[in-house]
Amino acid sequence: MNAPTYNFAYLDEQTKRMIRRAILKAIAIPGYQVPFASREMPMPYGWGTGGVQVTAAILGPVDKLKVIDQGSDDTTNAISIRKFFEKTAGVAVTTSTGEATVIQTRHRIPEATLQAHQVLVYQVPIPEPLRFLEPRETETRRMHALGEYGLIHVKLYEDIARFGHIATAYAYPVKVNARYVMDPSPTPKFDNPKMNNSAALQLFGAGREKRIYAIPPYTSVVSLDFEDHPFEPYKHKACCALCNAEDSYLDEIVTDNKGSRMFVCSDTDYCETRQSDGHRGSENAAPYAESANA
Amino acid sequence: MTTVAEMPAGFADKVLAAQSTFRSVMDAMARPGTVQRIQAVSGVPAPMMRGAAAIALTLFDQDTPVWLDTRLAATMDVAKWIKFHTSAPVIADPAVCAFAVVADPAALPSFEHFAFGSGEYPDRSTTIILQVAGLTEGPAYELRGPGIDGATILRAAIGVPDLLDRLALNASLFPRGIDLVLVSGESIVALPRTTRLVAKEG
Repeated sequence: MNAPTYNFAYLDEQTKRMIRRAILKAIAIPGYQVPFASREMPMPYGWGTGGVQVTAAILGPVDKLKVIDQGSDDTTNAISIRKFFEKTAGVAVTTSTGEATVIQTRHRIPEATLQAHQVLVYQVPIPEPLRFLEPRETETRRMHALGEYGLIHVKLYEDIARFGHIATAYAYPVKVNARYVMDPSPTPKFDNPKMNNSAALQLFGAGREKRIYAIPPYTSVVSLDFEDHPFEPYKHKACCALCNAEDSYLDEIVTDNKGSRMFVCSDTDYCETRQSDGHRGSENAAPYAESANA
Repeated sequence: MTTVAEMPAGFADKVLAAQSTFRSVMDAMARPGTVQRIQAVSGVPAPMMRGAAAIALTLFDQDTPVWLDTRLAATMDVAKWIKFHTSAPVIADPAVCAFAVVADPAALPSFEHFAFGSGEYPDRSTTIILQVAGLTEGPAYELRGPGIDGATILRAAIGVPDLLDRLALNASLFPRGIDLVLVSGESIVALPRTTRLVAKEG
């Protein structure tokens, strides 16, 4: 084998120190985006370079790593990141949510409740919740400094004015510890309540945008809403066709060109665990009547 | 005057010792009030404590100006050790330091001598590594805030005069503020700027 020898977990020690200091400040200021000197990683931006750098900075030889992409352990992105750390850090990997100590995720939070010894690392494309409302970094930074978040409420209000309800379905803005408005990464808003008062530490890494932020354990995370339009987590009005779960976030799988579709758990580990526990779904892909509001 | 050859060593295993020390500090910061242990072994320049030395080797480098209190600056040993092992500049002005290491809590300068960060960049603030007499015995404090499930009790002989007044001032500045890491031997407890302390009877 003549592959180059990497430092443990790929990154050099100076880079790890810089990322580690950013993580500590991020934890001390929940929801605040700490700038960091993001490195080029051996994968393109958009493949989770921010999450990978955070994971590389915290990972140790005793950790057990799980990587999910949209809830799934077996998509290209999840497999290649898992292999990357198997190769560069030699850590044990798992697909079981319960066994993992570090879970890197792209756009989902596992269904199983996370425990205090676990760390959830999110891959974040655009960390700034105000970015599409105000493109200037200098301005958004000042708005965060002043706690001036009127603009984002206007955005949610415009949803209501146009659609009759808050139509934002993912990357739904939250307020952390009653201070900073934060982008939870493009997780479905179904997952937002799981961030609140979680026993696990949650770290967010945005590689291209060079930001790290965090939610410490047992911290209030409130989805923005209005008194007359309270926050509602969205979910397809169905249960999983494989494991019959009624409480999980579902993916819609189109099975033919006649509009047949089936709904299955997005969290593959949750679904497989339930199936091995004897739960069976209809495995039915019958044409499904659209229901507008779940 | 110690020569480089006589200087206490750094980590035996730089990479993994720094990783395990960082995880202890991260867990301490994420769960204020819990006592975390530093496992890593390194040489220690007196009067630094083992935990403080390990944190220095883990987090200090050429990008982090370090300020030492009078007791640590009394001999050149600590400053020389930090410069040799971490390349961190040891500076005289605490207002621009990323880390301050304090061995004499009774003489801790008031927080406004350190960097609070700005409203736009509250992360550009000083982390004070404070060596204290004990983290298991002593006056009881009730802690609340992010990272704490309801409330938790910390018993610690911190030894900083009017600690609660200083922390109340620190809290009022949020999101600006100072983060504290208390060290006693190889035990550490973090008090990030979000943690609220009240004295508890008994």
